[in-house]
Amino acid sequence: MFRRSFNRFCAGEEKRVGTRTVFVGNHPVSETEAYIAQKFCDNRIISSKYTLWNFLPKNLFEQFRRIANFYFLIIFLIQVTVDTPTSPITSGLPLFFVITVTAIKQGYEDWLRHRADNEVNKSTVYIIENAKRVKKESEKIKVGDIVEVQADETFPCDLILLSSCTVDGTCYVTTASLDGESNCKTHYAVRDTIELRTVESIDNLRAAIECEQPQSDLYKSLGPENLLLKGATLKNTKKIYGVAVYTGMETKMALNYQGKSQKRSAVEKSINAFLIVYLFILLTKAAICTTLKYVWQSTPYNDEPWYNQKTQKERETWKVLKMFTDFLSFMVLFNFIIPVSMYVTVEMQKFLGSFFISWDNDFYDEEINEGALVNTSDLNEELGQVDYVFTDKTGTLTENSMEFIECCIDGHKYKGVAQETDGLSQTDGPLPYLDRADKNREELFLRALCLCHTVEVKPNDTVDGVTESSELTYMSSSPDEIALVKGAKKYGFTFVGVQNGYMRVENQRKEIEEYELLHTLNFDSVRRRMSVIVKTQSGDILLFCKGADSAVFPRVQNHEIDLIKVHVEHNAMEGYRTLCIAFKEIAPDDYERVNRQLIEAKMALQDREEKMEKVFDEIETDMHLIGATAVEDKLQDQAAETIEALHAAGLKVWVLTGDKMETAKSTCYACRLFQTNTELLELTTKTIEESERKEDRLHELLTEYRKKLLREFPKSTRSLKKAWTEHQEYGLIIDGSTLSLILNSSQDSGSNNYRSIFLQICMKCTAVLCCRMAPLQKAQIVRMVKNLKGSPITLSIGDGANDVSMILESHVGIGIKGKEGRQASRNSDYAVPKFKHLKKLLLAHGHLYYVRIAHLVQYFFYKPLYDAAYLTMYNICFTSLPILAYSLLEQHINIDTLTSDPRLYMKISGNAMLQLGPFLYWTFLAAFEGTVFFFGTYFLFQTTSLDENGKVYGNWTFGTIIFTILVFTVTLKLALDTRFWTWINHLVIWGSLAFYVFFSFFWGGIIWPFLKQQRMYFIFAQMLSSVSIWLTIILLIFVSLSPEMLRIVLRSVRRRSTRNPNLELPMLLSYKHIDSGYR
Amino acid sequence: MTWSATARGAHQPDNTAFTQQRLPAWHPLLSASIALPLFFCAGLAFIGLGLGLYYSSNGIKELAYDYTGDPGTGNCSVCATAGQGRAPPPPCSCAWYFSLPELFQGPVYLYYELTNFYQNNRRYGVSRDDSQLSGLPSSLRHPVNECAPYQYSAAGLPIAPCGAIANSLFNDSFSLWHQRQPNGPYVEVPLDRTGIAWWTDYHVKFRNPPLVNGSLALAFRGTAPPPNWHRPVYELSPDPNNTGFINQDFVVWMRTAALPTFRKLYARIRQGNYSAGLPRGAYRVNITYNYPVRAFSGHKRLIFSSISWMGGKNPFLGIAYLLVGSLCIFVGFVMLVVYIRYQDQNEDEEDDE
Repeated sequence: MFRRSFNRFCAGEEKRVGTRTVFVGNHPVSETEAYIAQKFCDNRIISSKYTLWNFLPKNLFEQFRRIANFYFLIIFLIQVTVDTPTSPITSGLPLFFVITVTAIKQGYEDWLRHRADNEVNKSTVYIIENAKRVKKESEKIKVGDIVEVQADETFPCDLILLSSCTVDGTCYVTTASLDGESNCKTHYAVRDTIELRTVESIDNLRAAIECEQPQSDLYKSLGPENLLLKGATLKNTKKIYGVAVYTGMETKMALNYQGKSQKRSAVEKSINAFLIVYLFILLTKAAICTTLKYVWQSTPYNDEPWYNQKTQKERETWKVLKMFTDFLSFMVLFNFIIPVSMYVTVEMQKFLGSFFISWDNDFYDEEINEGALVNTSDLNEELGQVDYVFTDKTGTLTENSMEFIECCIDGHKYKGVAQETDGLSQTDGPLPYLDRADKNREELFLRALCLCHTVEVKPNDTVDGVTESSELTYMSSSPDEIALVKGAKKYGFTFVGVQNGYMRVENQRKEIEEYELLHTLNFDSVRRRMSVIVKTQSGDILLFCKGADSAVFPRVQNHEIDLIKVHVEHNAMEGYRTLCIAFKEIAPDDYERVNRQLIEAKMALQDREEKMEKVFDEIETDMHLIGATAVEDKLQDQAAETIEALHAAGLKVWVLTGDKMETAKSTCYACRLFQTNTELLELTTKTIEESERKEDRLHELLTEYRKKLLREFPKSTRSLKKAWTEHQEYGLIIDGSTLSLILNSSQDSGSNNYRSIFLQICMKCTAVLCCRMAPLQKAQIVRMVKNLKGSPITLSIGDGANDVSMILESHVGIGIKGKEGRQASRNSDYAVPKFKHLKKLLLAHGHLYYVRIAHLVQYFFYKPLYDAAYLTMYNICFTSLPILAYSLLEQHINIDTLTSDPRLYMKISGNAMLQLGPFLYWTFLAAFEGTVFFFGTYFLFQTTSLDENGKVYGNWTFGTIIFTILVFTVTLKLALDTRFWTWINHLVIWGSLAFYVFFSFFWGGIIWPFLKQQRMYFIFAQMLSSVSIWLTIILLIFVSLSPEMLRIVLRSVRRRSTRNPNLELPMLLSYKHIDSGYR
Repeated sequence: MTWSATARGAHQPDNTAFTQQRLPAWHPLLSASIALPLFFCAGLAFIGLGLGLYYSSNGIKELAYDYTGDPGTGNCSVCATAGQGRAPPPPCSCAWYFSLPELFQGPVYLYYELTNFYQNNRRYGVSRDDSQLSGLPSSLRHPVNECAPYQYSAAGLPIAPCGAIANSLFNDSFSLWHQRQPNGPYVEVPLDRTGIAWWTDYHVKFRNPPLVNGSLALAFRGTAPPPNWHRPVYELSPDPNNTGFINQDFVVWMRTAALPTFRKLYARIRQGNYSAGLPRGAYRVNITYNYPVRAFSGHKRLIFSSISWMGGKNPFLGIAYLLVGSLCIFVGFVMLVVYIRYQDQNEDEEDDE
């Protein structure tokens, strides 16, 4: 009984080999056979990281994995155990604060994820149990349950279609959120169960299903036409019954979904690098100080002068131990060079800063009534660092809706929307004659459009027989066809539907023409065309064929081609999908033969496909070309402009899509990813061919392309950005199967080689298009690029569940809040309603955040010991708030300028502001200022007295002076760097200085009963009574600020001189040119 | 904004200046045209100030004498050798003779200076109990641990005042004698030993414990003086307002110095005939030599100094101001040159267009 339940607990890591047996309805198949309760995992989807129970330990563990947190923990422990000059509170409190704030933040974010998961897991589904419909929560579905799904619902798990409400047991499904293909696919019920259309009958079903163990490859298993995948949506079918075979984390979707790992931004990596440098400095400093201490102490009167004797215990301490604790004390003493509060501030900056993204009105989309969504605030600055952009096509670049743009009949171009039903509006084509084509040809063309397709009309509920043309809803497995039919309708020919094998078309005169549909020669990707054979009312048998130009042209009369070819090519340039329409009359005798052949082929048991193909091939010859159509895969608003801008910003845009290559290619043209002059390198199944020696051919191609590219770019990659604008541009097209060939042929010796050659090619191309990608392949590509030399920052943007793995894999994942559900936006770091928003997100927000955070970090490392309270207050209050305000509000360049001038983005790419140079600059500046502060005050204290009453000052005054200078300098320096003074900046900067003064008075003005030592008492007030100290403070502040002032002035002078008018981007110009030329 | 107010949905972000990052802002740019005058002005101001400071610092007179007693440096060397290696050193006194050819402009302040004495040593610096010094009876009996090894005496009595700082109180004393006429009698110059500590220290921070039966001595009963002291804290001075914890010498000493070489105010000379300064004539300083400094190779010095509005003699500030001021002007000129050159170039370019 439990025999098998042991080794199948849940979606374990064990190898999934063999098959699984699913008992439909969880009933045993036969009475004799014992029902073995198999244990499959439940249907819960978990994308959250923590549960209520493991939150605290897991979160703490993750937080202490950060170098800085761990470091501060160590420091804190040292302070607790070893006698040190500073109290443990000074570092413990901030640490506690940091940890708490971070934990709360992460907890909140995880709570949001929990809520999102629950939304899915708790959604109601109907399960057939004991011949009754039972309402259940989605997560309760078990493998073997029979699930009822209604129209427009998404499948809660992977189902085997048992029966649907239609007689033939079909249902329409859109897998848009899985692979991005939004068209309706037809799935068929298992033949034996088609009839089980009622609750009772289906419950009586006793069956077992043998199916393979869960696999992630979408395309391998999309084949079984009765498997309905979780995440897909049921369309145009009232309801279906299916049996759950894979549930929860074992569904295809979940397997394609990758675990969410904590993403870290490049800035954080830089911070960590700096931290290590500073840690090193710290250790060195502590070591040097310890050495010096012992050198100094080697003279006995220094070690233990009579005025400062040691306690017995101190004398007895073992010397090595003493040295060690001394070392630790020094370390603690200097630990303030690594600012604990920086992490607080950085966290706060990120957290608060992310609100600005979600608040941005430009990201607001009226259609879905939502703005941008920020899921992770850790990556704001990463948006300013992106090198590669991976974008999904469907729903991201495109609206996912086709539109009929123009057609061409016998070389006459028709464009625009015809308002009247009785005629076509004609626009001037580039052709020499302006007259219309022959009326008959026109009608023939339109009839062809109306007939040559596999579109079905969704029956209207209200009126049965007589359908009103305006209410027709078309559906088809290809959105192009719908667009074409709709296009024909615009010109007066309306496809009304199929009745009893007759296709009914309403012509321009509102008459219904009926055509007997004799045969449909379905579309396939090899032929790249489809045909129908119809019989007109008058008895003529006609064949209409439509297909890609390359597939149709060889099969028509040559003289017809020339006229239309011009149009087709022109349209293709503009990124439209073009189809050529041809027809042929078939004599009745011929038809008999054709008919027989077709039926024969269809009935063939063996090599059916091949035989069909052969017959099709024979039929579709000697046709007459009528015209061509252009359909626009409607791009999202401003998609092309955005891509242009991204290009200009020096980003590489890759399109990864699950779509067919042709479709994807035309989209790429449309959105100007490929320019007209871009030379395309193709690495697809087509170019490689289905030969035995695939790999050799691949190798050949790869090396050939590489040669080509290397010739073109002899220089190193550094000059690449410039080179783009000058040289021939290359675009690469690769498809999924070729990619897997390149990536997965690891057994062969040459695989690594392929990979590197492939990468070399990729890097040299301006644009890369990857089509026919499975979600995991998308992620593979992203990972491959991510691991390139120099580890470029990648950004993925997509809208469907098929993009989730890619979004998760890349450094920054952006989800489009599109029509294809919320999977992508839920798993992304940022979600925006439209692709165009990417532009502002990257160019403006990304840039600003990067500059802000870079400044923030540098500033913190720049800030250079003293009373405990002061020390604690120093980092947190006096100097943190201004920088926080600065880092939230700074706009060193106007947002509008940033969006309109993408070149600015290049400046900060490659983490430019956090490289060694600026880092050293800030460090030296800090060192310089530290020296100025100390020695300035040191020399000042050479005197007898600083006061006109001759009284002397002690060491606490000394410290306070330095500290005051420090606070003022640091704050004023920030003021110097601020370019964008809002009232908040004013408030915070001046406020913090005022607060410092106030606090100093307050802290020194009262005897604090809880303090052991009243050393700060009245120091500050007394200090300010001395004119000399005032003068020193002013002088030293001025001296330490002057290098920065000089730098700023010089830069502004230089900037003015280098403002070069010739720097206008050629790319932008060209884009404008294209724009005006085409409209 | 493209959207209309009616189309506003529930999820529409607020369109405020703050959320849209469109707060009105001031864009100051430190351009050359602002910075240049600034530099010149600052430079001139600094030079002016520096000159003033320099001259007033130069106007301050200082007269110093090293009485450590290194062999051959005067009669204090006797005391120094006598105290060598003996703790506590025997009482000894020596004298310093000097003469002023002209009036030493007052008010004159008398300082003592110690070198190589690390009052800023951390272990030393924390070795005190501020609550004991503020007169809390409980702290008087239970000094804080930081005071160790000067927390409890060998007999187990709490030390008051506890700690290394108090224990090492400077205990040399000086008196100044003036010989008006040659070979005439020496007249003692009155030294004002009050008002040498910070007002707040003397009046607030340092307090004697409450008197017991009107006697300070009784208040301190049950405590021991620091081991190096010759007399208990309540006998530091006969003046009831200057004894115990509020003895001004003690208060001054307790304000630890920042650097190993430091001066502390000993007395002010402002009474009687000497309010205007020290008149011409021969002087003698009687020194009670108690404080051993040779053990840590330190030095003791005695300093007469006058004071200006900016404090004691310190040419540094004036020089620094002068230096920075001239640098400012220099940099200003350099920038001016750079600026003009670039501007010329710009104009050329603009002409070219």
